[in-house]
Amino acid sequence: MVPELGHFALILALCIALVQSILPLVGAARGNDAWMALARPAAQAQCLFIAVAFGCLTYAFVSNDFSVKYVAEHSNTQLPVAYRVAGVWGGHEGSLLLWTQMLGLWMFAVSIFSRSLPQEMVSRVLSVMGMVAVGFLLFMLIASNPFERLLPAALDGRDLNPLLQDPGMVFHPPMLYMGYVGFSVAFAFSMAALIDGRLDASWARWSRPWTTVAWSVLTLGIALGSGWAYYVLGWGGWWFWDPVENASFMPWLVGTALVHSLAVTEKRGAFRSWTVFLAILAFSLSLLGTFLVRSGVLTSVHAFATDPKRGIFILAFLAVVVGSSLTLFAWRASKVGLGGRFALVSRESMLLTNNALLLVAAGAVLLGTLYPLALDAFGLGKISVGPPYFEAVFVPLMAPALFLMGIAPLARWKQASLPELAVRLRWALAVSFVAAIVVPLAMGHWSTMVGFSMLLAAWIAATSVVNLKAQLAHVPKGRIGARLAQLPRSYYGMLLAHLGVAVFIAGVALVKGYEAETDVRMEVGDTAHLHGYTFRFTAINAVKGPNYTAERGTIEVTRGTESVVTLNPEKRLYIVQNMPMTEAAIDAGFTRHLYVALGDSITPTTWVVRIYHKPFIGWIWGGCLLMGIGGLLAAFDRRYRARARAGSAQLAGAAGLNASAAG
Amino acid sequence: MLRARFLIPLAVFAAFIGILAVGLTLDPREVPSPLINKPAPAFNLPQLAQPDKTISQQDMLGRVWLLNVWASWCVSCREEHSTILELARSGVVPVLGLNYKDERADGLAWLARLGNPYQISAYDRDGRIGIDYGVYGVPETYVIDKAGVIRYKRIGAVTPEVVRDKILPLVKALNGNA
Repeated sequence: MVPELGHFALILALCIALVQSILPLVGAARGNDAWMALARPAAQAQCLFIAVAFGCLTYAFVSNDFSVKYVAEHSNTQLPVAYRVAGVWGGHEGSLLLWTQMLGLWMFAVSIFSRSLPQEMVSRVLSVMGMVAVGFLLFMLIASNPFERLLPAALDGRDLNPLLQDPGMVFHPPMLYMGYVGFSVAFAFSMAALIDGRLDASWARWSRPWTTVAWSVLTLGIALGSGWAYYVLGWGGWWFWDPVENASFMPWLVGTALVHSLAVTEKRGAFRSWTVFLAILAFSLSLLGTFLVRSGVLTSVHAFATDPKRGIFILAFLAVVVGSSLTLFAWRASKVGLGGRFALVSRESMLLTNNALLLVAAGAVLLGTLYPLALDAFGLGKISVGPPYFEAVFVPLMAPALFLMGIAPLARWKQASLPELAVRLRWALAVSFVAAIVVPLAMGHWSTMVGFSMLLAAWIAATSVVNLKAQLAHVPKGRIGARLAQLPRSYYGMLLAHLGVAVFIAGVALVKGYEAETDVRMEVGDTAHLHGYTFRFTAINAVKGPNYTAERGTIEVTRGTESVVTLNPEKRLYIVQNMPMTEAAIDAGFTRHLYVALGDSITPTTWVVRIYHKPFIGWIWGGCLLMGIGGLLAAFDRRYRARARAGSAQLAGAAGLNASAAG
Repeated sequence: MLRARFLIPLAVFAAFIGILAVGLTLDPREVPSPLINKPAPAFNLPQLAQPDKTISQQDMLGRVWLLNVWASWCVSCREEHSTILELARSGVVPVLGLNYKDERADGLAWLARLGNPYQISAYDRDGRIGIDYGVYGVPETYVIDKAGVIRYKRIGAVTPEVVRDKILPLVKALNGNA
């Protein structure tokens, strides 16, 4: 009964989505207020019905309803309740439902927080989002119905893939999808602007906070996924450049470009068609990511039971959405105009360069992801494009981008002077060079890669300090705390996000340069040594989890005479799928992680133990966290709300600051 | 007002969709098997229903036939089952089963419940014959000609489209020519 309710709710949501995508759009074109007014309630109702469907599927999972095929394939009576809930998005159909749910929530949010927007704009934006929802709802109802029954019902389910039975997997997909789908708002705003033919600073101001929130959430989502891979896969790696990761990374790169391009459009009115193009591209890449991950084009036959019907549907959907938006772009973009002009050396030109670099980087990732597919498609054999390719193309692209990242926030709009910038930044440059030399030497030995990375990381950090100082010079004198409080939140958001990048680079470089590992055969009582730490394998015990059995090792870590920590790595065997899993044990410190994983057992008391010392690896996620928080801080800047309330231009005093601060 | 440079993204995208479409038509399940056009690997296995009798690929010499690898634990087999049943009932081509890594009782119960399309099912409990046939995912289906040569291999569930477009024309051709 409940699954049928869910199914029915999806059908209703589809009907509402159809209304929502047609009437408000026509209403906006004809000036029919009643039709336009439908947009908000329709979006809210649609979100509600999707939520009902989502609730029904969750209920089916929690109540172990194995007469639902999807539940039988992804759950089990032994599965702890938290993972049964996470099982909702453990497979193809549920992931789509989650995607659609996120879209519903974004629509809901737009319908609530859009009171200051012209009615035409809101109607068009929600109408475009409604069209996207139509596509996904149709897809679910036609080719991937999560409520399909299994008759006769299975006695028990096939269990959730043990890899996904992890707290990281509970939060990672919702975050990631929220970010992915969030770009649909920017996309819808762009479409609305193209239809309207009007694209001005106020347009950019409306769409900017939405885009920034989506970008921040996507950043956090990707970081969570990377953290999950780090401790679940047992290899200590944190990024594998595999197609699924790349699928989320491409929208991030383009989204980063979009966030910056929007800043220029808002502040200077420039880059208009470029901004619109990036918004289309970011959302298209989100859709492409969904296509790549869900259609089975890239995944092997065994990863998801693929169905060619699905692939064709998603491809057709992609073609319709992206094709029609690019057609609209080709038709209308020349109308929106070019906006303010700027000199060769100016903040605009630097941001444009960075935009281009980010876009090329996204292109390189796309190429690396699809090239093996293309080769295979043309019968030229199977190849695997691995980290060497990505690292080889990525570093040369990102290095100049990071260098510019330090300068651009300090450069003037419209026209900047290089000599002046050089004078302002000479101390930052000096500090960076010192860091580039001192840090590698302090870590033990010189390495060009680390030195260069530290140069860039320190450069970003040091220029941020210079920037803060320069900003404070505009603020009336007073106590330092009061003066700092004068600067707008969006400015701190920018600083924080940029600092996050610096922290991230430092983490990546230091781990890559100085990590140490050892694979040792240990019998109970044996000790191993790594980087000044002593690891004593004191015991191995059998333990029983809710749906697995495990061997749990006890490893006492000491440094000199001082006890550091006791680690309990596990080797689990998930009973239903008969699948072994390595559960690494990590001692996470600020400057290093100690990572211990059990390999294979040689005898019941002798194991291969893999031990890593990973300096500063936590900074990788710390940096992402800073970026995400920075983005959120910027998105919730007071001026968006103040403008929303006052409806007009100025926020006393801060406007000048904003203009120079936001980058 | 249409400017050429704004059309560039659209053109690039069209080419891109083209490549993806080609990628989709190439079904990863239809990887050419090294066994195509090779004699079907020999087996001599007990029958599923009658353990004291055996079945061998030689028993089928002189006929075009289908070998369908299945198991009661396999969900995709259930998906293709109605298609296989229909094909077997049409009498166009005899279908033999290879019950793969299954319990005998489970396999028999499965057939009793869902219907038995197979003239005979060979019982490959430890999956040894499966290895010879290069089975790497159940279900798999082979078309074997009168001389005992494998002519077609399908990995994954057989759909009505596959029967219509691939299996039936092939069976017809094999029956006509040889």
